[in-house]
Amino acid sequence: MLNAEKKTSTFNEQLCKYYAQFKVYCERILALSNDSLEKTINVALALCLVCAVLVSLAFVVLRPLQIHNKALDMKKNILDVAGLLDESTNIDQAFKDRIESKIVDLKTGDYVDNIDADEYDQRKAAKDPAQNEAIPADKDIASIRFKAKYTKIYLVKNGDQLQSIILPINGYGLWSTMYGFLALEPDAQTVQSINLYDQAETPGLGGEVVNPNWRALWKGKKVYGDKGEVALTLVKGSVDESRPDAVNKVDGLAGATLTSRGVSNLIQYWMGTEGFATFLNKLRTNG
Amino acid sequence: MDKETKKILFEPLVDNNPITLQVLGVCSALAVTSQMSTSLIMALALTSVTACSSAAISAVRQHTPGSIRIIVQMIIIASLVIVVDQLLRAFAFDISKKLSVFVGLIITNCIVMGRAEAYAMKNPPLQSFIDGVGNGLGYSLILVLVAFFRETLGSGKLLGFDVLPLVKDGGWYVPNGMMLLPPSAFFIIGIIIWAFRTWKPKQVEHNEFKIMAISHGEGGHH
Repeated sequence: MLNAEKKTSTFNEQLCKYYAQFKVYCERILALSNDSLEKTINVALALCLVCAVLVSLAFVVLRPLQIHNKALDMKKNILDVAGLLDESTNIDQAFKDRIESKIVDLKTGDYVDNIDADEYDQRKAAKDPAQNEAIPADKDIASIRFKAKYTKIYLVKNGDQLQSIILPINGYGLWSTMYGFLALEPDAQTVQSINLYDQAETPGLGGEVVNPNWRALWKGKKVYGDKGEVALTLVKGSVDESRPDAVNKVDGLAGATLTSRGVSNLIQYWMGTEGFATFLNKLRTNG
Repeated sequence: MDKETKKILFEPLVDNNPITLQVLGVCSALAVTSQMSTSLIMALALTSVTACSSAAISAVRQHTPGSIRIIVQMIIIASLVIVVDQLLRAFAFDISKKLSVFVGLIITNCIVMGRAEAYAMKNPPLQSFIDGVGNGLGYSLILVLVAFFRETLGSGKLLGFDVLPLVKDGGWYVPNGMMLLPPSAFFIIGIIIWAFRTWKPKQVEHNEFKIMAISHGEGGHH
């Protein structure tokens, strides 16, 4: 007991001694001329130390909040495309109750069970050489170059009843790679909604992909044509409703030809055999 | 508030505005002003960074070696900008998604460096802080003005509310798409500078060289 007390007191004494030495050192440095080499080096080091601590502190303290924000934002995007989002929704609760995440192997169209769907980050995987695969240039309609080996999709359930299938899509527009979700009816053919939540297209022109009025035009459109080909595209101007293929066409964005083409391309790619076609076929036959 | 403080705080609003008179910080004024909400957050971010960095730079000014002066300023500014960016990501996530690139660019915003070099290196911390706030407000004023015209004329909205009913929603206003592109901010800033200088002719710069009138009749080659 006594020994331990003695130890702490000598430790304190030691600390005081170091502090006094440090103080003397600082005073000596501060008294030096500003132009001396010793002062320049000391000031630079001290400043870097203080700034590094400040920046690291901000990063570490705010990190959990930022991760939470990001996760919440992603859930919000998914609930939005599922049509389950309004102002009173508790996002975490609604997501837990209604939405089931699944991992799919696009080549076979089967579910993969040995990956934890809640932990899997597909956008990260698409950039990670260990988890992605290159898309051959002649098949890369959406200009994304790489895709994740496994794809994370979401099933919206109402009790046991499948209500919608939510598929992640991405592709290059005019300035940016657009990331989004496409929600399909359980028939794996009819569009419920589209939500391109991450894009940097021209505000007011291509950026109108987020406009609720334009997004509403997608409801009820059919992805596949009579022969099973991907028929859904954007057209210049407005869709002529009298034409028989109007159900496969969506109005293009005024003044944003290249963004519209980008959206058509990403639908073409992700709904085709390189994308979700195999999976959706299986889902349709298995019910 | 004494007279001197008032002068430091309010002079940069009109009489010594960083954008219209010093013509600093125009780059971000072009980039973020297509919407009012992003402009307001950018203004807030820049004002707090300018004020805090000016105060910090002023606090260490007497011990800043002349040879590494600019580096010292840059380190302080860059650290503050990173902190502001992290704060936005934690507390204003939706806005930080749109602004993150531009917030990073505050580091190179000429107003912050300009005030550090022109004012904070020569004046005590409190005055430097107020000077930073003043210049931040001057920048904010122009940003808000530009954003007001760009958002209303470009998309018929203000802060997301409909102001001018658009033709595509059954109204009468055909939006001017050019207002949403950066060049329009050049025109609006130009018009604002013209308005300021008409109101305060003292701001008009004098020509460094005068074009001489050619006198006829002498040395003609006819």
